[in-house]
Amino acid sequence: MLQFPKSGKIRVGLLMALVFTLLAIIGPWLAPFDPNKSLTTTNGLPQPPSGAHLLGTTQVQQDVLSQLLVGGRSTILVSLIAGAVATALAVVLGITAGYYGGWLDDLLSMLANIFLVMPALPLLIVIFGFINKTANPPDALIGLVISITGWAFGARVLRAQTLSMRTRDYVTSARIIGERGWRIMMFEILPNLVPIVATSFLFTVIYGVGAYTALSFLGVISVAHWSWGTMLYWAQSAQAAQQVHIEWWWFLPPGLAVGLFGTALALLNFGIDEFINPRLRTAGLTRRRARAAGQPRRGAA
Amino acid sequence: MRLVARRIVLYALTALVAITVNFFIPRLMPGNPVEVAIGHMQARVTPGTIRALDLQYGINTKLGLVGQYVNYLDQLIHGNLGISFSSYPATVVSVIRSALPWTVGLVGIATIISFALGTLLGIAAAWRRGSWLDNLLPAMTFFQAAPYFFVAILIVALFATKLGWFPQNSGYDTTTLNPGLNWAFMSSVLDHAVLPALTIVVGSIAGWIIGMRNMMLTTMDEDYVLIAQAKGLASRRVISYAARNAILPSVSGFSLAIGFVVSGSLLTEIVFSYPGIGYILLQAIGNEDYPLLQGIFLIITFAVLGANLLADFVYSFLDPRTRQEA
Amino acid sequence: MIRAGEPLLEVSGLCVDYGSGDDAVHAVIGADLALRRGEVFGLAGESGSGKSTLAYAIARLLRMPGAITGGEVVFRHEGGAVNLVNAGPAQLRELRWNQLAVVLQSAMHALNPVLTIEFQLTDVLKAHRPDLDRAARRACAGELLKMVGIAPDRLASFPHELSGGMRQRVMIAMALALQPQLLIMDEPTTALDVVTQREILNELMDLRTEFGFAVLFITHDLSLLIEIADTIAVMYAGRIVESAPAGDLYLAPRHPYSYGLLHSFPGLRGPVRRMTGIAGSPPDLRKPPTGCVFHPRCGYASERCVREEPSLATPAAEPAGTAHRVVACWLHEPGAATPAELAGLAPALESTS
Repeated sequence: MLQFPKSGKIRVGLLMALVFTLLAIIGPWLAPFDPNKSLTTTNGLPQPPSGAHLLGTTQVQQDVLSQLLVGGRSTILVSLIAGAVATALAVVLGITAGYYGGWLDDLLSMLANIFLVMPALPLLIVIFGFINKTANPPDALIGLVISITGWAFGARVLRAQTLSMRTRDYVTSARIIGERGWRIMMFEILPNLVPIVATSFLFTVIYGVGAYTALSFLGVISVAHWSWGTMLYWAQSAQAAQQVHIEWWWFLPPGLAVGLFGTALALLNFGIDEFINPRLRTAGLTRRRARAAGQPRRGAA
Repeated sequence: MRLVARRIVLYALTALVAITVNFFIPRLMPGNPVEVAIGHMQARVTPGTIRALDLQYGINTKLGLVGQYVNYLDQLIHGNLGISFSSYPATVVSVIRSALPWTVGLVGIATIISFALGTLLGIAAAWRRGSWLDNLLPAMTFFQAAPYFFVAILIVALFATKLGWFPQNSGYDTTTLNPGLNWAFMSSVLDHAVLPALTIVVGSIAGWIIGMRNMMLTTMDEDYVLIAQAKGLASRRVISYAARNAILPSVSGFSLAIGFVVSGSLLTEIVFSYPGIGYILLQAIGNEDYPLLQGIFLIITFAVLGANLLADFVYSFLDPRTRQEA
Repeated sequence: MIRAGEPLLEVSGLCVDYGSGDDAVHAVIGADLALRRGEVFGLAGESGSGKSTLAYAIARLLRMPGAITGGEVVFRHEGGAVNLVNAGPAQLRELRWNQLAVVLQSAMHALNPVLTIEFQLTDVLKAHRPDLDRAARRACAGELLKMVGIAPDRLASFPHELSGGMRQRVMIAMALALQPQLLIMDEPTTALDVVTQREILNELMDLRTEFGFAVLFITHDLSLLIEIADTIAVMYAGRIVESAPAGDLYLAPRHPYSYGLLHSFPGLRGPVRRMTGIAGSPPDLRKPPTGCVFHPRCGYASERCVREEPSLATPAAEPAGTAHRVVACWLHEPGAATPAELAGLAPALESTS
């Protein structure tokens, strides 16, 4: 059943995800310079890529490549933590709500709906905005706070799935045998929901990257803390304040990195989607094959 | 109408939670917000102001927590969001009011375009399976995953700086024009709105396309679509039968999406220095202007809730199954 | 001028595959059948026998990855004869619903949930009878509902506001809106309780008497067909294995599979007898047995049955002058030793009901 995916999309996604994981682990060691350090004399202009600085420099002569590599770890770590915690919350709250029903379900659903409807970024800004600017919160804490706004969607999906599974025979028989609630949830229901949990995780990590990058870009999270969003913050404020033209080697790498990371996860999600819903799989494939087999387009067209 | 009634309760609760968060956060965080305020306002501060601030943030006050909360609610009902630190003595409300129309105009129009275009493209992609439209999807996914402001920076660099087709920043040509109901001003506004709007559309459209496409593929397998074809109806009619059903999840998913679109738009405004809420938000963060920050949070939340309510009305109109008691 | 009894639909050698190339599943193989005007033709078979596929293929409503890979379907309608397999989209659109209509199994899913009943009844009128105006269309829709015993004020209802039986009646009314020559019905009453089933079938037969349309009735319920059908064809693993007038099939089945089916349900009266059923299970269509596809389950299988596949032919021992019947079985070819149960005109069952 778990054959190596044939779809090109999924393969590319897997490869990209692997590269990013590697980056997160060994990135800072690879960095040739200290990202904070301004090197040599500055003429106030960013330097283009050269032998010494593969991705050029910022306008205060900081090495862009180093910033990218060091920032990568923080960005990826925060988003992974946010994704993991949010998914864990979603699993616990969503399945519990769906399984027990009644007032517990009503309460948890209302809670989830509140968090779904509340605009996340403004809320995060208000929470982080009051933290003193010089404080440097650890990645894990940032991820934790972000996860507060990211669990609700997955919880809702898992709750809906659990509701439909509650009436299935194997769950009913487990209840008749007298198995305890949490055991049923963990061993009967959860294993069937693994693809959905995986999708939810990936989706939440994408959300986490976006949220963290946005918060860094706004300068809400301490700007001494390197991340891809922070790089864009410095670029933007340099442009706004000193009217320095943002050079492509400065803003493109972090933006591209975020985009590609998100794309990798989205492609993986596509793969899981096609796995769950075979209809999406054969669309496109069969028409081409039919044409290849020389059959005219027949049927309901 | 039961659906709408339940949603209204939800929105009321959410508003209450937002207000409560606003109330508690400054009191939970380390540090003294009033000292920060004084730091910003410098010479313009009088003992009276300090006392007012103390009251606002519950420092040195005789009222208990509940009393302060009631006070706060009372202020809100009277439309008092406090006084901005950085634009002292302007009220928060006045600062927001100057920026709000810009944001509403930009985001409103861009979202409508994105939804409409995305839905149509999604229908086309589903109806013509296996065509070139399927190849659009990975590219769209990238734009969706990339943060709005990155797309914004890209667009600025390409269309504004390099090609010079559109202006780089601001809401209108501030150097030569004044706001007024004349064509010169209007056309400048439009001119300056194109790139920000484009950013928002590009960043959000992928979700609508993919969502609609997937739902159409599922719907097209339904028996009533088969019957519609068996009836010998024109293709356009058959597609509309399917689309009428397939669009429902998109409408109900609108409430989720609007939160993201709003967030993304704020960031886009910053890149373009567009004089909307996003712009003043950045100022508020940079200046540690807490009342303004909180005021913006509340206004954005209420606006999103309002948009959600609208989407709920539309949904109950489109799906007759929701109109009767479940 | 259409006269009853004339040929309406002739299917010859129809083949339908799912998928293509080596992985193709042959869902229908070399199907032959002939319908006459006003006739009720029953198509019986187990799940997976290909009967629904055959019906959809005839109506050119196959979904991907299904595709017609051979054969013809000649439809002799009011305007002339056309081979449906080759017909172009414009031709098909003209014929559809006008001459050939379809009723599906589950009306809950066959009716669009977001449109009113009136809308769904009148859209065909709008498409095929452009001369009618809105009021005339509404009046027509009201008449259609009355015809199936539903009050016309239900026009403004949505599908979820009607019961299962009412929805199925709406489907039938919808199918008859343009008074087609041929109605293809795929398990139209299977999802209903037996009482409603009976009512609807009676109404259907009354309508047929009144309007004179032919019905291709697909079901797994052979006992039902014996009551309402004029002719019955039995399908197995994508092939038609026997076709005969309903009464003859009931009294004297020729194919071992038909015999087995008829012995799978008890009669209402008569002595208690042991049910035999049919041993084994339907074949995997990706790897069908060699020769006659039924031979692994057949009690009379011979060496030839394993080698060669029999084709539909009139049984050799059939007396001349009897109604047209065919069977695909080596037991009935000239010179073969036909077992008594499969040969006689004498009742194959102990007593009739």
